[in-house]
Amino acid sequence: MSSNLFKLVGRTVLAGGALAAMVATGPAIAKDTINVGIASFLTGPAAGPFGVPGRNGAELVIDAINAGTLPAPYAKAGFAGAKMNPIFVDESGGNAKQVGEYRNLVEKRGVDAVLGYISSGTCMAITPVAEELKKLTVLSVCGTPRVFEESNRTYVFRTQAHAVGDSIAAARYVLDKFKDQKGYTGINQNYAWGQDSYKFFDITMKKLAADTKASDNPQFPKIFAGQYGTEISTLSLDPAKLVHTSFWGGDIEAFVLQALVRGFFKDKQVISSVGGSAVDSLGKKFPDGVVMGTRGEYGLLVRNKDEPLNKWFVNEYKKRYNAYPLGPSYQYASSVLAYKIAMDAAAEKAGGFPTQDQTMAALKGLSWQSFGGKVSLSLADGHQAVHPVGYGITKWDKDKKEPSVSDVKFYAPGCIYAPAGQKSADWLAAGMPGAKC
Amino acid sequence: MQLITTMLLDGLSYASYLFIVSVGLTIIFGVMKILNVAHGAFYAWGAYAAAYAIGLAADNDWPDWSGFVLIFVAAILVGIVLGTIIERLILRKMYHEEEVLIVLATFGIFLILEDVILLVFGVNPYFAYQPMALLGSVKMGGIIRDVYSLTLFGLAILVAFGCWYGLNRTKWGKLLSVVIFDREISLAMGINVQMVYLVTFILGATLGALGGAYIAPTISVAPGFGIDVIVLSFAVVVIGGMGSIPGALIGSLMVGILRAIAVHKFPEFELFVVFGVMAAVLMIRPEGLFAPEKARRI
Repeated sequence: MSSNLFKLVGRTVLAGGALAAMVATGPAIAKDTINVGIASFLTGPAAGPFGVPGRNGAELVIDAINAGTLPAPYAKAGFAGAKMNPIFVDESGGNAKQVGEYRNLVEKRGVDAVLGYISSGTCMAITPVAEELKKLTVLSVCGTPRVFEESNRTYVFRTQAHAVGDSIAAARYVLDKFKDQKGYTGINQNYAWGQDSYKFFDITMKKLAADTKASDNPQFPKIFAGQYGTEISTLSLDPAKLVHTSFWGGDIEAFVLQALVRGFFKDKQVISSVGGSAVDSLGKKFPDGVVMGTRGEYGLLVRNKDEPLNKWFVNEYKKRYNAYPLGPSYQYASSVLAYKIAMDAAAEKAGGFPTQDQTMAALKGLSWQSFGGKVSLSLADGHQAVHPVGYGITKWDKDKKEPSVSDVKFYAPGCIYAPAGQKSADWLAAGMPGAKC
Repeated sequence: MQLITTMLLDGLSYASYLFIVSVGLTIIFGVMKILNVAHGAFYAWGAYAAAYAIGLAADNDWPDWSGFVLIFVAAILVGIVLGTIIERLILRKMYHEEEVLIVLATFGIFLILEDVILLVFGVNPYFAYQPMALLGSVKMGGIIRDVYSLTLFGLAILVAFGCWYGLNRTKWGKLLSVVIFDREISLAMGINVQMVYLVTFILGATLGALGGAYIAPTISVAPGFGIDVIVLSFAVVVIGGMGSIPGALIGSLMVGILRAIAVHKFPEFELFVVFGVMAAVLMIRPEGLFAPEKARRI
């Protein structure tokens, strides 16, 4: 009796162990639908230029993937065959609220993954929580290099390159195009994004053009200040001709309106790292001749790029939302696409619906052709993306009656990002050794 | 000399802006003892209404100068409509409550009005640059300045004079002074205090809306931009003394000029100046520089 009982217990334990091993290494139970949280600014000042275009970009691509209408090579319907049910949440309201929203998505609503996030502050707040809750999270827009340079991450990925490359590319572009300008200054918002953007631009200029004088009086007005009359006067009195700005949304629009009527753009060469939304919103009111960036192969800089995926994205977006896709539209779409590619690849490898670990393994180090260009998760042990960053010069197209850019030049990732394993600030301080431009 | 002239003009321009946006707040507090957080929403609604009207005028090829008329029409309409609804339907039922509860109520009104803006106008920005473009620019102190911002001086002087005249030279002003001094005695003397409160609230709301409407041509009118105005207005009003119109004027001038000096010479202290001045004044005179005298009750 007792011998039979031992046999039964032994077999049960063995069978249970075998089942557990299968669950750990084999495919997960197939799903018809996956729930994914997608965070972006749906209210507040960042909604118009960032949040809503980002949400629209994600929505467009999710619907196309669910329906199997995305162009080749991504025409296979679904995410490992499952349809995505996006749960859009508002990123407004501060970090504490966002951490609460994130926990709610993961712990109460049981999402399969979380995508999105625009503000660097939110990304810094969410990242440790994502690691704690062990939930796959793909950051879409935020720029701070600190997310991956301060610590190794397991569950967090970012499909957008960090902001240091934007500043380095801006400096390289103005030195390529405006060699005779002797002196630079800046007007940037007084928080992490603005201060870091100017700091990295300043260091790069000092490393690449030591004879170019940095202003003693760069301006850092409060974010959403709206009134820049005094700052424009200060910049006008400054002998520096180059003016760097990382203003975005309403701030760049207000600055342009106030500076334009004062003839500022005739006297100064303005370099805007992320003001693309203002070019579209102000239309022909936006001055010609501004050096404009979009943080990658996005928006205005690739609007007419003749590649099937980009043409599909621009046309479908315009048809659905009656506007051109902006940078955030591309950035969110790229995150969704990367997630699909990883899930499909993981499913193929596992021979069934993939687990989160299998999806993360497929995502790690992934390179893919996105809507604007190629993106590679090649930094931070395969978690942080790099891609080319470019700038062009704004010009109102009178024939098409829409904004355009000329003299577009992109800088390869090897030229503007620190190699894997090095911190951006240290690499810049050392003079960007090994940069391949 | 060029730098001093520039700092002075920048300071006066910013001070004019501060005075216009904060005077409505101080009038409402002076008469009704309400710290009106919804003031930022009046500012935002004024800006949206003006930007929408000016955009409509531009689309319909109305003459550019019509933008100036529309700014005032938009401000008055917003002031009358929002002021009447809020005072009659909400505040009138709360006058007997503690001041802190009324502050919370106005905060709730602010949040509701901000969300209604999103419902009505959406998240995309509105522009109304035509009046600013029409007036062009002029060279002063060695740099080019836009004439529109210079007209802020004129508007601020007009508002200050209007408030002074209205309070000191009209029957309504005298009634206001009596109500400010003692509400109960005013009631006993047969003054229609409820009507005085309604008119005061509409006046304050209109001035808040005028601040937004007049600033609209210089900015991108987008969601959420009424929040900063509350903070700045409170700082100015606290420096000058809650409820004092001359106090708001002096507070605006102090903050405007010191901020201009900071931006030109020590930009890292720009934010500090506004609130540093406020803290310094509160340390020396907790009631503000020009707080109205309070009657001693026996």
